[in-house]
Amino acid sequence: MDKILEAKNINKYFLKPVEFQVLKDISFDVKKGEFVSVMGKSGCGKSTLLYILSTMDTDYTGELYFDGQLITGLPANDLARLRNEKIGFVFQFHYLLAEFSVLENVMLPAKKLARKSKEEIEHDAMLKLKLLGIDDQATKLASRISGGQKQRVAIARALINDPSIIMGDEPTGNLDSKNSDIVFSIFKELSVEQNLSLLVVTHDDDFAHRTDRIIEMGDGRILK
Amino acid sequence: MDLRLVLSISKTHLLTRKKQSLIAALGVTFGIGTYIIMMGFMNGLNGLLDGLILNRTPHIHLYNEVEPSKKQPLDIYKGYGDRIKFVQSIKPKTEQTRIHNALPLLGFLNKQNYVRGATPQVKAQAFYLGGSIQLNGSLSGIDVMKESNLYNLGDYIVEGSTRDLAQNENGILLGAGVAKKLSLKVGDVIQVSSTKGEIQPLKIVGLYQSGIADIDNIQSYVNLKTAQRLMGESDNYITDINVKLYDLEKAPELAKEMAELFDLTAVDIQTANAQFETGSSVRTMISYAVSITLLIVAGFGIYNILNMLIFEKMNDIAILKATGFSGRDVKYIFISQAIIIGLIGGVIGLILGYSVSVIIDNTPFDTPALPTIKTFPVDYQIKYYVIGILFSTISTFMAGYLPSRKAEKIDPVDIIRGQ
Repeated sequence: MDKILEAKNINKYFLKPVEFQVLKDISFDVKKGEFVSVMGKSGCGKSTLLYILSTMDTDYTGELYFDGQLITGLPANDLARLRNEKIGFVFQFHYLLAEFSVLENVMLPAKKLARKSKEEIEHDAMLKLKLLGIDDQATKLASRISGGQKQRVAIARALINDPSIIMGDEPTGNLDSKNSDIVFSIFKELSVEQNLSLLVVTHDDDFAHRTDRIIEMGDGRILK
Repeated sequence: MDLRLVLSISKTHLLTRKKQSLIAALGVTFGIGTYIIMMGFMNGLNGLLDGLILNRTPHIHLYNEVEPSKKQPLDIYKGYGDRIKFVQSIKPKTEQTRIHNALPLLGFLNKQNYVRGATPQVKAQAFYLGGSIQLNGSLSGIDVMKESNLYNLGDYIVEGSTRDLAQNENGILLGAGVAKKLSLKVGDVIQVSSTKGEIQPLKIVGLYQSGIADIDNIQSYVNLKTAQRLMGESDNYITDINVKLYDLEKAPELAKEMAELFDLTAVDIQTANAQFETGSSVRTMISYAVSITLLIVAGFGIYNILNMLIFEKMNDIAILKATGFSGRDVKYIFISQAIIIGLIGGVIGLILGYSVSVIIDNTPFDTPALPTIKTFPVDYQIKYYVIGILFSTISTFMAGYLPSRKAEKIDPVDIIRGQ
């Protein structure tokens, strides 16, 4: 199986308040279509790792490959485009733009990519919302829907550009068990049916044990 | 970079915070509106005041000054050698007040390409006779049509018109003060006597009012020929030549040249009315200072509001960046908001400024100085409107630039991790 994401000898230091090595020589990969979860205690560096893998944090040493291509050291604009096109994000807090409607929130990354016409984007966005079962909320303002719905909108937004991988930073951390189940089954479905890679940082044992592979971290290293 | 996308995001930001956007725009509106009003009103007033004196003053005034000879006969006599000479009680020599060779001189001046027009005048002392009363007066014989073209004589005629004078060889434009004293009105006949005792009946074709009482009590205008006839002189008798130039700034230089060339006294307008230019430029300076201050205040308002907006929108900025918007996109989102506020505020400011200008323009303003002016003067030069809109755009751009730079530099990881 091809690797979608590969990290080689990633090291990361925090300089403030005191110099501290967060990540120590991390190497691992995620294959295409694989559903991977990262677990570990708070402060073990798993979120930091996710931000590096997501290309948002560029202050590290080591090498990062995306789809076989070295992306370490690329200029910020290229990385922004890569995020836009190939990576979908789901965060613990839903991070929707409160002043925009649900549909507009989902459409924004596609408008930025500007590969399709506005009508096509709108059509796609409605499809994604339907896939997640919230198409009836499309015209509401993002600030007017419930937490579980917001998280599903965030997933729809992550999917809008048909990315190669979805990254989640505790996507269910803020949801009750019913909504967590819904989010998990959506992820699982995407992984199985659309051969999408998923990399999810979580505290939730139940959630993690249902994924393909668990990467356990401790003290800035991968334990297993 | 897709400008439409950026603009649609800024539009949503602006519209969901209508009140704040409106307040920010109002700041600009007041700045620009005040600028337009001040410039229009100030310049209108400047024009009026300039017109009061400058328009009716020749740029160069040529005449024969009565003065003692610079060289006394004693200086010419060589017999005394280097000895120091004293001449007591020098008197001016008898000299004709007429300008020698005035007609060829006028012809010459009118042909020069820097001269808009040169007009002859005959100035004469006279008495207005009213029954047994004699009033001192001063008559100016003028080339009526030229004078009204070049020096707006028509603006100071309260009754009748310059045309009436031009058509009537025996007409007179009587000073309003004289008319009042002698209770005369247009159509009456007044007896005018020259200093030599010659009496002429002249028909009053109009009343002249300069707004300066001392002048209105004395000054009257007649045709050149009438004045010459009253003086008992021929038609080449001319006492003054008034020159109007195309470029007022050249007056002092040309006056000096003419004085030498024609051996006449030449007074330029700057020397005669130095205080007016200073007044105009100081007024312009004040209006600019006030407008710029207002715009700076408006700029700080926008700076504050954008700063607050960016602070509130930290999460949005982080999510935009995480989903692939570049720092530059984010910067443009906020700068465009500042510019939109500036443009909308500026345009409303122009409209406000224009409307208030129109109101001022229609406010009654009675001044004896300018009998033909009934309302406040306003200058509607398009220049001020262009400067106004440029100014509002530039100042809001600068106010928006710094906060937007901050937004550009926000690190999404810091924000997301901070939650």
